[in-house]
Amino acid sequence: MANSVEAHHGEHEHHYPGFFTRWFCSTNHKDIGTLYLWVAMIAAIIGGVMSWYIRAELAEPGLQLISNDPEGRQFYNVLVTGHGFIMVFFVVMPAMIGGFGNWFVPLMIGAPDMAFPRMNNISFWLLAAGFILLLIAAFIDGGPGTGWTVYPPLSSADFHPGRAVDFGILSLHVAGASSILGAINFIVTIFNMRAPGMTIHRMPLFVWAMLITAFLLLLALPVLAGGLTMLLTDRNFGTSFFDPGQGGDPVLWQHLFWFFGHPEVYIIILPAFGIISQIVSTFSKKPVFGYLGMAYAMAAIGVVGFVVWAHHMYTVGFDVNTRAYFTAATMVIAVPTGVKIFSWLATMWGGSIRMEVPMMYAVAFIFLFVVGGVTGITLANSSADLVFHDTYYVVAHFHYVMGIAAILGMFAGWYYWIGKMSGRQYPETLSRLQFWLFFIGVNVLFFPQHFSGFAGMPRRIPDYPDAYAPYNYISSIGALITAVGTLLFFVVLWRTYAAGTRVGANPWGEGATTLEWSVDSPAPWHTHEDLPDMAGKAPAE
Amino acid sequence: MFKRLIIKTSVVWLGLLAVGPVLAEEYVARSKPWQMWLQEPMSPSAEKINDLNVLLLWIEVGIVVFVLALLAYCIIRFREKRNPTPTKTTHNTALEVAWTAIPVLILVAIAVPSLKVLYYTDQTPNAEMTLKVAGNQWYWTYIYPDHGDLEFDSNPIPDDELKPGQPRLLSVDNPVYLPANTNIRLLLSSNDVIHNWAIPSLAVKLDNTPGRVNETWVRINKPGSYYGMCSELCGVYHSFMPIHIKALSRENFKKWVVKAKLEFAANSRSDETLRVAQVEIR
Ligand code: HEM
Ligand SMILES: [Cu+2]
Ligand SMILES: [Cu+2]
Repeated sequence: MANSVEAHHGEHEHHYPGFFTRWFCSTNHKDIGTLYLWVAMIAAIIGGVMSWYIRAELAEPGLQLISNDPEGRQFYNVLVTGHGFIMVFFVVMPAMIGGFGNWFVPLMIGAPDMAFPRMNNISFWLLAAGFILLLIAAFIDGGPGTGWTVYPPLSSADFHPGRAVDFGILSLHVAGASSILGAINFIVTIFNMRAPGMTIHRMPLFVWAMLITAFLLLLALPVLAGGLTMLLTDRNFGTSFFDPGQGGDPVLWQHLFWFFGHPEVYIIILPAFGIISQIVSTFSKKPVFGYLGMAYAMAAIGVVGFVVWAHHMYTVGFDVNTRAYFTAATMVIAVPTGVKIFSWLATMWGGSIRMEVPMMYAVAFIFLFVVGGVTGITLANSSADLVFHDTYYVVAHFHYVMGIAAILGMFAGWYYWIGKMSGRQYPETLSRLQFWLFFIGVNVLFFPQHFSGFAGMPRRIPDYPDAYAPYNYISSIGALITAVGTLLFFVVLWRTYAAGTRVGANPWGEGATTLEWSVDSPAPWHTHEDLPDMAGKAPAE
Repeated sequence: MFKRLIIKTSVVWLGLLAVGPVLAEEYVARSKPWQMWLQEPMSPSAEKINDLNVLLLWIEVGIVVFVLALLAYCIIRFREKRNPTPTKTTHNTALEVAWTAIPVLILVAIAVPSLKVLYYTDQTPNAEMTLKVAGNQWYWTYIYPDHGDLEFDSNPIPDDELKPGQPRLLSVDNPVYLPANTNIRLLLSSNDVIHNWAIPSLAVKLDNTPGRVNETWVRINKPGSYYGMCSELCGVYHSFMPIHIKALSRENFKKWVVKAKLEFAANSRSDETLRVAQVEIR
C-alpha cells in the first residue's frame, strides 16, 4: 500500500494511462470496479434475454418457440441452466462485489486502493474468462441441461456426454477462483487499510456487508470447487464419487453443492443489505438505527447460513430427525433477518425522508425481501415442503428474496452512487419511470407464481398442464413489463453519461455522511492519498 | 378468538375450492385454472399440511401487512415536508429486545405444529401393502410385491393420442391402481437419473434416486383419479413424466389385481433377473 501511494505521489490528477494499459492492465480499484459493472451489465442482458425467452415459451401451454424433440427440449433446459448461472455468478456477484465493492470499500474506509491491486486485476480477468467458458459450454454438444444445481447422475458422462458440462465446470472453477482472490483482497483491505480512527465498529454497514460476504466466499467456494473437481474426474478420469453403480452416491454431490449453495444466496444478498442500509440512512437523514445490531445480525446470518444447507434437500430421503433439525435451524435465520428489517424501519421512523430514486428502490427492496422472506418460512418447514418442493412456489420465493431483491439493491446502489462514479446525475423523470416499470413488472411477473406453485406446477418444464395457463400468461406479461423497465435502464444510463447534470462532492446533503461523499465527483483517479482522520468521530453510520 | 377466525376463513377458502369437482362422476384430483390454494387435500398427511399452510399463510400475510403498513406510515408521516428535522434516536433497548423475542415466539409457534406434522408424514408403522416405484427416463415402473410381483410400465400419452377427457401432460397408458383407505408403504428408486414421484393432493413427494431406496407412505381418502408430475429435473422429457393414480375401493382393487395379473403376466416374469438387479428394493 505504501508503495502505491509513493509511486503516484505528485503525479498529476488527470494523467491517465493509455486505453489498453488503463482498461486491460488496470490496478486501480475504481477502474476495475467499472469493468466489473460493465461485465455485469452485458451478462444481465444475456441472462435476461434467456429468461424472457423462457417466459415467452411459457406464456401459453404447448410448445411455441422450442421444437418438440430432444434437441429443442434440451435447449430449453440449457436456457434455464444458463439463466441461473449467469444471473448468480456473472451478474449479481460481479456487480455487487466486484463493482460496488471495489469502487466503494476503499473510498468508505479511507484507503487509497485495495490491498492487492494486481490480484484485483487477475480476479477481474478470471471472471471474464469464466464467463466466456460458460458461453462456450452453452454452444457446444447441446449445452448443459442440468439446471444450475448440476445434479449427477444427470450431469454425469452417461447422461451428458460431450464437453458442455465440462466447460460449465471449468467456468465455475475459474469464476470461483476469481471470487476467492477477490474475497482475500477485501478481507485484507478491510482489516488493514482503514483510515486512522476508522475502527471496526465505525465502518459503514456496506463495508461490514462486504467483509462478511468475503468470509462466506472464502469458506463456501472451496467446497464447491472440491465437488466440481470430483464431478470432473467422475466424468473424465473414471472415478465414481457420485456414481451409484460403482459405490458412489449422488446425494453426496447435493450436500457439497448446497453447503456452498446456501451461503451463496447470502453472498448475493448481503451486499444489497449494506447498500440499503447506506441509502435508508442517507435519505432519512438519520444514522442507522441499532448499528451494532445490524452488523452482528449480518454476521449471525453468515454463521447460521452454513448449517442449514439441507433445507434444499428435504425430499432426498433423509431421516426424519435430520429434517427436523434443518427445519429448526432454517427458521432461526428469520430472527436476525427480522432485526435487519425492523432496524431499517426504525431508521426511517422519525427521519426526514426524501423519496429520491435510490430511496424508492430501497423501499422496494424491503418490500420484496419481506415477501420473499415470509414464503421462505413456509419452505423452511420440511413437512410443507412435501407440497412445495420443486414447484413454482420456490421459483417465486427465490426470485423475490434473492434474485429480484438483489437487482433492486443493484439499481438502488447505481442510482445512489452514479453521481460519484460519473460525476453526473441521472435524469429524474426517466429514472422514476424506470423504477415504476421495473417494480410493477417484477411483481406481475413473480407474484402469480405463488399460485401456480400452490396449485402444484413443477419448475424447469417447457410445457405444463392447461390448468396452469392463466397465471403463466400473467407472469409472462410481467416479464414483458420487466423487459421494458430493464431496457429503459440502459436509456437512463446513456442519458446520464450524455446529458446528466454535473454534481459536486455530495449531491445528497446532510444525510450522506460516509467518506465517499468527501471526495470530488467523479471520484478522482486517486483518492485518500492523505489518509482522513476519523478519530473521535461518531460511528460512520 | 383468533383461532376461530383462522378456521372460519379457511373453511370459506376451502369451500370455494371444493365445488370444482362436484359435477364429475369420478373424483379427480388435479389443478384447476385460477386456483388460488393448494389442491384439495386427499390424504391424512395432505390434510395436516393443508392446515399447517393455513396457519403459516395467515402469519405471513400478517407480517407482510404489518411491515408494509409501517413502511407506508414512515414514508407519509416522516416525509421531508412534514418532518423537516429528523430525530437523533438510534437506540431503544426495549424495542430491540422485542423485535428479537417476538419473532422467536412466532417461530416456536410454527415449529411445534410443523414438526408434529413432519413426524406424522414420515413413515407408517402399520402398512397394509407395499408399492414400489422405479423412475426411468421417461416413464415410471410400478411393482406390487404383495400381489405376486405384479409389474408394469406407465408411459405418458402424447398430445395427439389423447382420448376426449384425458388431461394433457397428465395422462398415462397404465395408471397405477391403489386401494383407497389403505395404508400403503411406498418404496422409491430409479434406474437412471434422479426423478421425484410427487402427487400434490396426497402430499407425497420423494426422490427416486439410483442406488437408494426411499420410503414413505400414503393413505388415499377416497376412490378417484389423482394426478402428479415428476418433480426433479431428469433430462429432456422431464416435463412429460406424469403420474396417474387410480384409487379404487378395496373390493374393486382386489378385482383389478386378478385382472391385472393376467394382463401383465408377461411383464412380471420377463427379464426378471435384470430388473431385480436394477431395482433391488428391500
Ligand atoms: C429479469 C428478471 C428475471 C426473469 C424474467 C427470470 C425468470 C426466470 C425463469 C422463467 C426461470 C425458470 C424457472 C423454471 O423453469 O424453473 C428462472 C430460474 C432461475 N432464476 Fe430467474 N429470472 C429473472 C431474474 C433472476 C435474477 C436476477 C436471478 C439472480 C440470482 C435469477 C436466478 C435464477 C435462478 C438461480 C433460477 C433457477 C435456475 C434453475 O432452475 O436451475 N433470476 N428465472
Ligand atoms: Cu438455502
Ligand atoms: Cu423428471
